[in-house]
Amino acid sequence: MKRLLCALSILPALPAIPALPAAKPCGEITLATTTSTQDTGLLDSLLPMFKRETCIEVKPIAVGTGAALEMARRGDADAVLVHAPEAEKAYVESGDLIEGRRIMHNDFLIIGPTGDPARVRGQKDAALAMKAIGAGGSFVSRGDGSGTEKKELELWKAAGVSPASIAQREETGQGMGATLLVADARNTYTLTDRGTYLAFKDKLSLVPLVEGDPRLLNIYHAYVVNPGKHPTAHRSEAARFVRYLTDPKVQEWIGQFGRAKFGQPLFVPDAQTTSAKAGQPEETSGRSAARSR
Amino acid sequence: MDDLQHGVAEAFRLLVTGDPELYQIIARTLAISTVATALAMLAGIPLGYGLARGRFPGRTVLLSAVNTGMGVPPVVVGLVVWLLLSRSGPFGSLGLIYTKQAMVLAQFVIATPLVVGFTAASVQSLPVELPDLLYTLGAGRLRRLWIVAGEAQLGLLAAIMAGFGAVISEVGASMTVGGNLRGSTRVLTTAIVTETGRGNLPVALALGLLLLALAFVVNALLTIVQQRQRS
Repeated sequence: MKRLLCALSILPALPAIPALPAAKPCGEITLATTTSTQDTGLLDSLLPMFKRETCIEVKPIAVGTGAALEMARRGDADAVLVHAPEAEKAYVESGDLIEGRRIMHNDFLIIGPTGDPARVRGQKDAALAMKAIGAGGSFVSRGDGSGTEKKELELWKAAGVSPASIAQREETGQGMGATLLVADARNTYTLTDRGTYLAFKDKLSLVPLVEGDPRLLNIYHAYVVNPGKHPTAHRSEAARFVRYLTDPKVQEWIGQFGRAKFGQPLFVPDAQTTSAKAGQPEETSGRSAARSR
Repeated sequence: MDDLQHGVAEAFRLLVTGDPELYQIIARTLAISTVATALAMLAGIPLGYGLARGRFPGRTVLLSAVNTGMGVPPVVVGLVVWLLLSRSGPFGSLGLIYTKQAMVLAQFVIATPLVVGFTAASVQSLPVELPDLLYTLGAGRLRRLWIVAGEAQLGLLAAIMAGFGAVISEVGASMTVGGNLRGSTRVLTTAIVTETGRGNLPVALALGLLLLALAFVVNALLTIVQQRQRS
């Protein structure tokens, strides 16, 4: 009995043992990224592949884009993978983020009740759709500083509607999945990325109403945190990770990711076809991507 | 260190500038947790008394269940309440999901085992003969209960503090069943999660300090009552 207890007592320590020698010689980096890359399972498959190839361990911290960028500014991350080009600009200008590369995109959808009270079904112009929703519908927003919320605010702006003026707009302050559930219970419109929508589709009565507008593109960039500003940042490993993401072979893999599970890929790889310039959504590639679905 | 100082400064700034949203969140937090604790007292004190004094089969099992309930993670309570109240759940037609009422219900479920457990413990620590003694002195049933409750007051106040402390500081259940909707179901703890997620660390810290201050004030009031009874 005593021996059994002895044996059991070391069980909790077991998983830690093989990790110890592996982490040291190859180095590790912290990746600040958004919940969508984690929730879709992309990182779960990608990071082990990267580790097999380079031996570098990547610790992903999945938060909203706002928090991910803030982690970079504080020097708490070595690399970031985010999707809010407008917000990213400020961090590139301040010198916190360097070596930005466009990696991939997917797109946003406006979903809503099947009854479609604001009559936006099939509307090709997302701003006009938002205008109609602002006037005749209700809307549930992330309200968490995420790339999705930033996109929503951008759309309200394009529609010439002040979000504060909409009586029927609620903010969850939570992730996309939780927000979809709230919108569904409330039977309201909301803006969602395609990946999370596909993952939640079975649980929702809301249906896609507006898609395909280039303004609905969701563009992901990867950056290295500037070691000139944050001496603790692991530049070479982080740069290696960003390079890996743009590697033709990995890009092709990204383009296939999700096909088996959702019947369609969740992301469209961009690194080969576009310039590395940050904060510049290239609309042409977006159109072709929207068409290819 | 910088962030801590920043947070303290931000807490004062928020309080002094009288940010209306913040006051609403504080009032909502207090209202939900107070109602939930009050309901937990109504249900939990009689139950605790019955468990402490009663002699019936399955009493030990029930006590064990209560003691387990004292340690159930709030997020699990939230999940179960969510499943019951969600649109596809058995009580979905009540339309309670993502409302303050749903949050009160979840917090009630969290607080009740704590109130029952603390009540039972404090009643059990009284002399067993006390009710019999009162009986022989001619006290009626209600009067006996009242006197025993008076004797157990120290423990009962501890029960209230434990219940209130648990619900005002929990985040998992409030987030799940309330939905953290700005202006309707956002409370201090869920606001802290949101601000942390947004990267607004000083604001998050400020909210945390306010939560701590709020819990301190409520507990200080209860402790003053408790200690006055003692002297």
